[in-house]
Parts: sequence; structure tokens; C-alpha cells
Amino acid sequence: MRNRKSDKITLIVCSLLLTICLLFPSTAKAADDEGGKFNASEMIFGHIGDSYEWHFTNIGDKPIAIPLPIIVYSHERGEWFFFSSSRVVEGETYNGFYIAKDGNYSGKLVEKGASGEEVRPLDISLTKNACALLINSLLLIILVLWCARWYKKKDKTSDAPKGFVGFMEMMVSMVYEDIIKANIPVHVQRYAPYLLCAFFFIFLNNLIGLIPGSANLTGNIAITLVLAFCTFLMVNLFANKEYWKEIFWADVPLWMKPVMAVVEFLGIFTKPIALMIRLFANIMAGHAALLALVSVIFITFSISSVLGGMMTPLTVLFCIFLDFLEVLVAFIQAYVFTMLSAVFIGLSQAHHHEEHN
Amino acid sequence: MFLLTPDSGLIFWMLIAFGVVFFVLAKFGWPVITKMIDNRKQYIDESLENARKANEKLAQLQEETAQMLKQAQEQQSKILAEAVEMRNQIVEKAKTEATTEGQKLLEEAKQQIAQEKESAIRDIRREVGVLSVEIAEKVLRQNLKNDNDQMAMIDRMLDEIIDKRNI
Repeated sequence: MRNRKSDKITLIVCSLLLTICLLFPSTAKAADDEGGKFNASEMIFGHIGDSYEWHFTNIGDKPIAIPLPIIVYSHERGEWFFFSSSRVVEGETYNGFYIAKDGNYSGKLVEKGASGEEVRPLDISLTKNACALLINSLLLIILVLWCARWYKKKDKTSDAPKGFVGFMEMMVSMVYEDIIKANIPVHVQRYAPYLLCAFFFIFLNNLIGLIPGSANLTGNIAITLVLAFCTFLMVNLFANKEYWKEIFWADVPLWMKPVMAVVEFLGIFTKPIALMIRLFANIMAGHAALLALVSVIFITFSISSVLGGMMTPLTVLFCIFLDFLEVLVAFIQAYVFTMLSAVFIGLSQAHHHEEHN
Repeated sequence: MFLLTPDSGLIFWMLIAFGVVFFVLAKFGWPVITKMIDNRKQYIDESLENARKANEKLAQLQEETAQMLKQAQEQQSKILAEAVEMRNQIVEKAKTEATTEGQKLLEEAKQQIAQEKESAIRDIRREVGVLSVEIAEKVLRQNLKNDNDQMAMIDRMLDEIIDKRNI
């Protein structure tokens, strides 16, 4: 039984690695074919950023991509537009909308304003990231509700769950006991759902982001912005008097009080901003490093095939190493985000006498 | 720089998606799991506590049992000793009783034998007396068949009586 299981895992890992090795080069090759010359930074930013269609790879000159719906509201014309991204991705104009090649809105859908300049409409298109976001969110809901369903039929005297539910319980227990309960002294039940949501949302998206062909969600600042904003709300909405007193009337000499008030007040905002940047930068940088490493293969091949042949095994090995590292980072960043959120929430609930003790 | 400018469309979708995830899971997902984790933790703690108590109780019981066993053994040996002593006493008593009884019986037997002997002797004497009288009668009748003999006899007897008186 165990052997079969470990065989399965080995198979999954091997196929994953194989896909990584196969998919990245083929995408890069596509870039090579289109541009005539391999453009590493274009490939890297193309993968890290967002796009209006879900592009997987090119077979020959034919792109394999799923077109996604574009939903825009034109301020100029005062109406909603709803169409498939396949109408604009090749550079065409549809209903006055096209994807900007350069300028401030490079890569975004724009229309011509009254005076001929490029204007950005209100754009809530289901882009690749938005689409992946919805799929991953649904996946998270299904996974957790599936686990929750297991518990409905059991009571405290049942055996501990095994398999996936057991894994989830281990993770939930880790977050619940070591992060949430360890840092938040009171009202644990008020904060636990949010922090668990944040942890599993980030962890799941980090992991899925590592699969080639998926979207880089947690490495997108819009996603981390919302997460950090939620933490900001959680910290400040339910904060007690002690917390506000510490900010505006800290326990320091009188002449220091205004200075400290300013510093602490700024701290309210810098803390979540730091959370936002940390998660975004870590995941984005990881993806960029991995993609850059893959690019090395094509750059060396474009110099000489001998050099390329020599570098490829080395690069692939390094890619595998980096992939494992990224799996670790996926967990660590989810852990750190949740841990710091819990610490900030804990501070907002701190009691004065506890601090003196 | 495009990496650092959050896209409003994505923020919109993220707010919706994360909001939905949060509300669904906060209502139906996490509380079930965390409650179970808390409950099971409490249950395990309780079970450990109970096990500890049971162990203590068991040790106490074992001690009690050992003590009881020891007491029982002591009592047993005591009872045995008493029984041996009592048996000896009884045997002793029986022996003395038997001896005295035997003595008494012997005594009585002897007495009875003596009495019997005496009465037998008395009977025999009486019998002998009667018989001698009868014999004497028969002898007399034989001897006094004629008048001469009777007169001779009377004379002799008178003589004897006179002799006895003279003496």
C-alpha cells in the first residue's frame, strides 16, 4: 500500500518536473519564433504579469490559448461592453478597444479619448489572473468544505482523519494552535476564520502558481493589496482602547508624545503595506528567478549550440532545486503573512496589565 | 513599474472572490474543523487525566490487595496454629476422660463382681444349709427306724446337751 502511494507521488513529481522542463522551453521557443530573436525579459514579464487570454504554449505558429471574456465600461460612451478577448489579442481593434503596445497602459485594454489620447475604460475583465483567482477560490472552498463534511459525521471520540483530511487537519491545527492561539489572547473565534482563510488562500495560490501554465496570483500586487487591506481592517476595526492609547498617547515623556503619535500612526499603515510588499515581492521574485534560469538555456543556445548543450543539464538541475525552494517559500510566505497578521491583531487586543507583566 | 501598480479590475475580482471564500468558509468550513480540533484536544487531555487517575487507582488497589493478602495469610497461619492447639487439647482431654472412665468402669465391675460373688456365696451357703438339713433329716429318718435307736439317739443328744451345759 505504502509502496503504491509513494510510487504515485514519485510519478506526480516526475511528471510535474517533466512538464516544467517541457513547457517553459516551448513557451520560450514561441517567443523566439514570434520575435525572431529570444527576448528573455519579455518572456519573464509575460509570465509574471496578467493577460487577457490564458496562453499555454505555441505549437508551431499556432498559439494554444483560452480566450477569456472582456468586461469594460467606457466612460467616453457611457455603456458596458462585453466581448471575447480573441477579438483584440492579435492587435486588432474591436468596438474602439485595443490593447496598448506601449505608454502608461502598455498591455492593457484602452480606447481613444475625445482628444485622441489613450483612455483606460473601467476594466473588470476576467483576465487570466481573475479567472485563475475564481477557480482557485472555488477549489479552496471545495477542499475545505470537503474536510468539514468529514467532521460532520464524527465526534470527538472518532479516530483522527487520515489522507487528505488528515493533512488538512494537521495544517489547520498548526495555524490554529501555533499562530492564532499563540498570538491572540482574546476573541480567538472572531479572528480564526480570517487568519485560516488568509493562510490557506495564500498557500494554495502559491502552490498552484508554481504549476507551469497557471497564473502568478500571489505574486500580483492587487491580490496582496486586498489581503493586506483585510488584515488592516481586522487589526483596526476591533482594536481596543489600549491599542489606540498606545498609538496616540504612548507611555513616553511628554515631549516625545507627539513624535511617537506620528510614528505610531504611520505604523498603522506601514505594517500592512510591508505585508503586501513582502508576499508580492517574494513570490514574484521566485517566479522571475525560475524563468530567468530557463531563459539561460535559450540565450546560451542562441550563442552556440555547444555552450547551450553544456549549460542545459546544469540549468535544469538548478531549476529543479529552485522549484523545491519555491515550494518551501510558498509555505513560508503563507506562514509569515498569517503569523504577522496574528501578531498585529494580538497587539490590537493586548491588555495593559499584561504588558506590564 | 506595471508590476507595482495594482490593477483595479483584479482588485474588484479579488474582493469578490476572497469575500466569498471568507464568508463561506467562516460559516461552514473553519468553525467545524477548529471546533473538532478543540474538542479532540480537550478529549485527549481528559483521557490522559483519566488514564493517570486510573493508574494511580490501580496502584492503590494493588497495594491494598497485597496488604489484604498479607493479612489473610497471617490470619490463616494464626487459625491453623489455633486449630493445632485445640486438637491437641481435645486429644489430651479425651485421653484423660477415657482413662478415668475406664478406671471407673473397672471399679464398678470389680464391685459388682465382688457383690455377685458374695451373693453367690450366700446362695450357695443357704443351699448347702438346706441340703444338709435335708440330708440330716434323711440320715436321721434312716437311723431312727426302730424305737431302740430312737431312744439311744435321744439319750445321746440329752447327754450332749447336758455335757454342753456342764461345760
